Amino acid sequence: MIPAPFDYVRASSLDEAIRLLGEHGDDAKLLAGGHSLLPLMKMRLAQPALLVDIGPLRELSYVKDEDGYVAIGALTCHHDIATSPAALDGAPALAHVAGQIGDPQVRHRGTIGGSIAHGDPASDLPAVVLALGGTLVAQGPHGRREIDAKDFFLSFFEVALAPDELLVEVRVPRAPGSQWGFEKLTKRAADWAIVGAVAVRKPDGVGVGLVNMGPVPLRSTAVEAAVASGANAAQAAELAAEGTEPSADFNGSVAYREHVARVLVRRALERAGV
Amino acid sequence: MQIDITVNGTAQSHDVEARTLLVHYLRDAVGLTGTNVGCDTTSCGACTVLLNGQSVKSCTVLAAQVAGEEVITIEGLAGPDGKMGPVQQSFQDCHGLQCGYCTPGMVMAITSLLAENSDPTEQDVRIGLEGNLCRCTGYHNIVEAALAASRVPEMRQ
Amino acid sequence: MSILGNRVLRREDPKFLTVGGTYVADLDIPGALHLTFVRSSMAHAIITSIDTSQATAMPGVIAAYTNDDLGLANLPTIMDMTNALMASSILASGTVRYVGEPIVAIVAQSREIAADALERVVVEYEPLTVVIDPVEARKDEALLFPEVGTNTAFVLDFGGDEALFDDCEVVVELTLANQRVAPCPLEVRSAAGHMTEDGRLEFNSSTQAPHGVRDTLANFLGIDPDMVHVVTPDVGGGFGAKASVYPEDIVVGWCIHHLGRPVRWTETRSESMLGLGHGRAQIQHVKMGGTRDGIVTAYRIEVLQDSGAYPAFGTVLPFMTRIMASGPYKIPKAECASVSVVTNSTPTTAYRGAGRPEATAAIERVMDLFAREIEMDPAELRRRNLIDKEDFPYTTPVETVYDVGDYHLALELALEVAGYGDLRAEQARRRASGDVRQLGIGLSCYVEITNGLPDGEFGAVEVQSDGKVIVRTGTSPHGQGHVTAWSMLVAEQMGIPLDDIEVIYGDTDIVPRGAGTMGSRSLQIGGAAVNQAAVDVVEKAKDLAADLFEADRNDIVLDKSSGRFHVVGTPAVARSWADLAKAAVEKDGNPLFAEVDLATAGPTFPFGTHVSVVEVDTETGKVTLLRHIAVDDAGRIINPLLAEGQVHGGIAQGVAQALLEEVVYDLDGNPLTSTLADYSFISAAELPSFETRFTETPTPINPLGAKGIGESGTIGSTPAVHNAVCDAVAHLGVRHIDMPTTPLRVWSAIEEARSPGGTEAERR
Repeated sequence: MIPAPFDYVRASSLDEAIRLLGEHGDDAKLLAGGHSLLPLMKMRLAQPALLVDIGPLRELSYVKDEDGYVAIGALTCHHDIATSPAALDGAPALAHVAGQIGDPQVRHRGTIGGSIAHGDPASDLPAVVLALGGTLVAQGPHGRREIDAKDFFLSFFEVALAPDELLVEVRVPRAPGSQWGFEKLTKRAADWAIVGAVAVRKPDGVGVGLVNMGPVPLRSTAVEAAVASGANAAQAAELAAEGTEPSADFNGSVAYREHVARVLVRRALERAGV
Repeated sequence: MQIDITVNGTAQSHDVEARTLLVHYLRDAVGLTGTNVGCDTTSCGACTVLLNGQSVKSCTVLAAQVAGEEVITIEGLAGPDGKMGPVQQSFQDCHGLQCGYCTPGMVMAITSLLAENSDPTEQDVRIGLEGNLCRCTGYHNIVEAALAASRVPEMRQ
Repeated sequence: MSILGNRVLRREDPKFLTVGGTYVADLDIPGALHLTFVRSSMAHAIITSIDTSQATAMPGVIAAYTNDDLGLANLPTIMDMTNALMASSILASGTVRYVGEPIVAIVAQSREIAADALERVVVEYEPLTVVIDPVEARKDEALLFPEVGTNTAFVLDFGGDEALFDDCEVVVELTLANQRVAPCPLEVRSAAGHMTEDGRLEFNSSTQAPHGVRDTLANFLGIDPDMVHVVTPDVGGGFGAKASVYPEDIVVGWCIHHLGRPVRWTETRSESMLGLGHGRAQIQHVKMGGTRDGIVTAYRIEVLQDSGAYPAFGTVLPFMTRIMASGPYKIPKAECASVSVVTNSTPTTAYRGAGRPEATAAIERVMDLFAREIEMDPAELRRRNLIDKEDFPYTTPVETVYDVGDYHLALELALEVAGYGDLRAEQARRRASGDVRQLGIGLSCYVEITNGLPDGEFGAVEVQSDGKVIVRTGTSPHGQGHVTAWSMLVAEQMGIPLDDIEVIYGDTDIVPRGAGTMGSRSLQIGGAAVNQAAVDVVEKAKDLAADLFEADRNDIVLDKSSGRFHVVGTPAVARSWADLAKAAVEKDGNPLFAEVDLATAGPTFPFGTHVSVVEVDTETGKVTLLRHIAVDDAGRIINPLLAEGQVHGGIAQGVAQALLEEVVYDLDGNPLTSTLADYSFISAAELPSFETRFTETPTPINPLGAKGIGESGTIGSTPAVHNAVCDAVAHLGVRHIDMPTTPLRVWSAIEEARSPGGTEAERR
C-alpha cells in the first residue's frame, strides 16, 4: 500500500522533463496520470528513485483536428478524449474505447500517453491505435520523431521510446463517420479484457487490433488481408488467432482465448460493416 | 515537502513525504477521516473524492500531484447550514447505506456522475459505479438513491 | 398506531453521510505505534531462520517479535471439536502452513516506517510438500501436522444406510463444488488500544463480538476480564469473518500490554485476502432418489470440507450443513456425513450463511437434475415435495425441528412475480431459433436456521430524569441498523419518540455482557431482550404511577401516543416518564430501569423461494443476470426497509458466488486472487435491481414472532442463479457446471457436451 521512498520533481517544461530523464536514466520514471505507475509502486513492484511529474504540462492535453488526422496530446485523460467533439467526430472508435477504460475515476486521471507508453498488451487503447494505423510522436533531447504504431510495441511492456524520450502526441487518421466495432469479454465491467477486439473500417479495407492475445498489443494482419481479398466477417474472423500467443490463466486457457478472439473479431467486423 | 491543497474550500498546508497518497494527506494531515481506504489496487473506490469537481480515487494520486488544486471530500458536501445535499439526502431516504464504509466514496462518485450526466438511466448509474464496491447493500438502494437524486430539481440545473 | 412494520428511515445515517463513520483506523490515538506483520510467502515450509536485525536497526523501528517472544498459548480449538495439536500458534512457530501466515510482528513509529521495515526482514524456508486440493489432503500422503498423523480435522459420522436408495425408481448422483470465497468486508481488520493509568487495557476492535474479544484478550494476557475494556466503534462489515478473534488481534493486545504504549494495526487489503478467514470450500457428493412421478424419498449428502491450514470455524460448518440437509422438503430419509481436512491455504471460517448456503446449494442443484431425469418441470417437482403448512412443527430426518412455514405460498408467489410461464415460453422460442443468447431460469426453495447457537442476550432500558431513554444491547451491529430497530421496539412499548432513545452497544464497560451479532440472531434474541426490558420498565412504571396516583395498579394506563400515565377514566391527570423516573430515584435511590438476560427460546427457520433469470452468450460463455426475484419469509418484519436491505446485500453475495467469485490457489499454494483486482468482487454493473417480496408467517418461538433475515438472501440466491445458468445450456447437453459459472467454465461445458473428450475444453 505504501510505495518505497522516492524523490519527486515537478517538471516545469517538457525540456526539463527530457533533461531529467537523460540525467537519471533508469532511476527516473515519468508520472502523468499515475494510474499505471502508482498501482505498481504501491505494491513495490516498481521502485523508481525519482518521479518526474509531467502532469502540470497542460499544453500536452488537447484533442485537435489536423490535416487528415486527429492529434491527441499525450497528457489528455481518457474522459476528455471520450467526450471531445473532435475525437467523437474524427476518431469515434478511439473516443468510445477511451470511455470504457477502467471506471469513471480512472478515466478522470489516466492519460492516453501513459497508457500507450506503458505498453500493456491487456490495455485497450494500444490495440485501437494499432488498428487505426496511428502514429506516436516522441520528443527527446534531439527533437521530435514520429513512430508508426506498428513499430512502437517491441516486447512485453517494452516500447520504442529511448530512456530520455517522452511520448508527446498520439495521431490517428481522421475518419469521420467511419464504421467500427469494439468487443471486449470481461467477467466484470471494469476488468481488464480476457480478450478484446477492435475493427475499424478504412478506405482500403479494415484495421483489426487485439487486446490480451500476446505479449504485445497486436494487429491482426491475417484478418485484415482476408477482408481485403473479399472474405466476409465470419470467414475473415476464422484467422483471428493467427500470429497470436495468448497466455493461459484461470480466466482463460489458450484454446478458449483463441476461440473468443475469433468470436469477438467476427462481431467487431460485423459492427464495422464487413 | 510542503504541499498546499484547498480542501473543502479551506487552504491546507502540510509537510508530508513525496510518497504520501492524497487519501493519507486528507485523513492524517488534514484530519478528515470520512474518506476511507478499502483496497490497495485502485479497485474499490472507497477513497473517491472530487478533484476540481471530478471524481478521482485518492489512493492513486500523490498529494504532491495536486498541490494548488481543489479537493472536496464527503465532509465538504453539506451546505453551510449543515443541511445534507440531494445525493446525501437521497441516500438516507432510500436506505442506501448499511455499514457506511463505502458510502463517502459512493456519494462522491455519484455527485460527479450526475454533474456529467444529469438524467442517467439505471444502466448509466450501474456502469458509472463500476469503480465503487459495496458488500452490504447489493447496490439496489444505492442505484435508487442516485436516480432519486437526479430527479431533485436543483440537481438538474 | 404501531410503529412496527413501518419503513422507518435509519437514525444512524446522517453521521455517515456528512462526516463518515468512525472506524478503528479513524480513531485519534495520540502517540500510537504502528504494527504490521511479516507474512509467509510459502504455503508449506519449515522456517529455518528469521533475521530481523536489519529491520530493528532502522530508525523508528521499536521492535520485531516472533512467536517465541510472545510466549503465548495457541489459539483454542473450535468448540472442543478439533484436535489441539492442529491449533494455530499466534505467530508461526517452526512451520508455516499457508501463504499469508503471520511470522513476525513489527512495531514502528509510523505506517511508512513499518512498511519499509517489513522489506528488511529476512525469512528463510525449507520447502515442504504442498497440498491444496482437499481430495489430495484426505489421502494423508503429505501431512500438515505429522505428529497428528492425518490431515482429517473433524468428522461427522452419520448415516451409512446402504439400503437408502434401494426402493427408488430413479436415482441421480452428482459431485459438485461449493467453492472457496472471500468475505471481503469493505473495512479490513483493524485493532488498536492503549494502557490506562490504572493498568487497564483499552482496546478497539473491528469485530462482531466485543465481549468475545475482551474475554479472549484477558485469557491470553493472563489478566482479569475486568481489566480489559473493549470499545467497538463503527465496523465496516463482517459477514461472519469478524465474529472470531484472530492471532493478529491478540498480538496487538500483547504489544500494548508489553510495551505499555498505544499501538494500532490496520491490515492492507492484500493481507486481508490472505489472513481474514475464507468461506464455503466444500466438495459435495449428493445422491437423490424417488419415484418417477416426482416424489423424492431419499437423499444423501457427503461433504468434504476444506478447513484451510488450521482448523477454525469453517472446519465444523458441516454441522450446520447437516442440520439443514433435507431443506424444505418432506423427504422421509436423509443422511449427511462429512470429513473436514486441513490444506495449505487460509483457514476457513463462517461467511454469510455459514454451512447453510452449502446445504441449500447442494439439494437445489440435484433437485434440478432429478427433475430433468424424470422430465418434470423443476417448479412442479418442488411443489410436489415441499413440506405442507399444516405439518409444522416438522421434524426432519436429521432431527431438526422446523418451527413454522408456508413454503408453497413462497413458491407460488415467486413464480407469479417472475411470470414463470412467460419465461419458459421465451426460453422455448430462443431454443427453437437456436439463438446465440439463450435464456436460463433457475429456482431455489430454501429454509434456513437462524439463532442456532445456545447463547441468550442482554438487553437493558433505563429512563433518565428528563424522560429520555438509554438502551443497552449485547448485540454488535455493523450495518444492520439496530439503533433504529431497537428504538422502534422501545418506542412501541413505551410511547417515547425515537429521537429520545439512545442505543448503546459495543462498549464492554457499559454493556456488561453480550454474544454480538452473527448467525442472523440479533432481532429475535437481542431485540427481543431489549423489548422485554422495555416491557419490564413499563410494568415498574405502572407500579410507581399507582403509588403516585394512590390508585389501583390495574387502573393505570400508559397512553403511548403521548407517553404519559394516567388512571383509567381521568386522562387529563397524567404523569410523564420524566416524573416517574424521578419518583423511582426518590423511592429507593435506583433509576427506573430493567435489565434482562433473555434465554434463547430456540432457533427459528426463515424460508423462501428465489427465481433467477439469466442470459448465456453460448459463443463466449458469458452470463448476464437479467432478473432476480426473491420471496423471503422471516416471520414478523419489524422494519421492511432494513429487512429488504439485508436481502439485497445477501442476494448480491449469493449471485457473486454463483457467477464470479472464487479464491484460487496454484498447485504450490500461491494465491492467485489476493487483490480486489484479481478477485471478482461483484459490482453494480453486474447486477440488476432485485424484485423482492416478503411473506410473513410469524413464529411462535419468540414474543416478537420474528426470525432472522440477514443470511437468507445469500442462501436463497446462489442456487437459483446456478440452476439458471445450467438450465440455459441444458438443451445443449450440459448436465452441470461448477460454480462460479465463469465464461471459461460455461464455454468449456458447452464444448464438452458438443464433442465429449474430443476438444481441448478445460474446466480451468
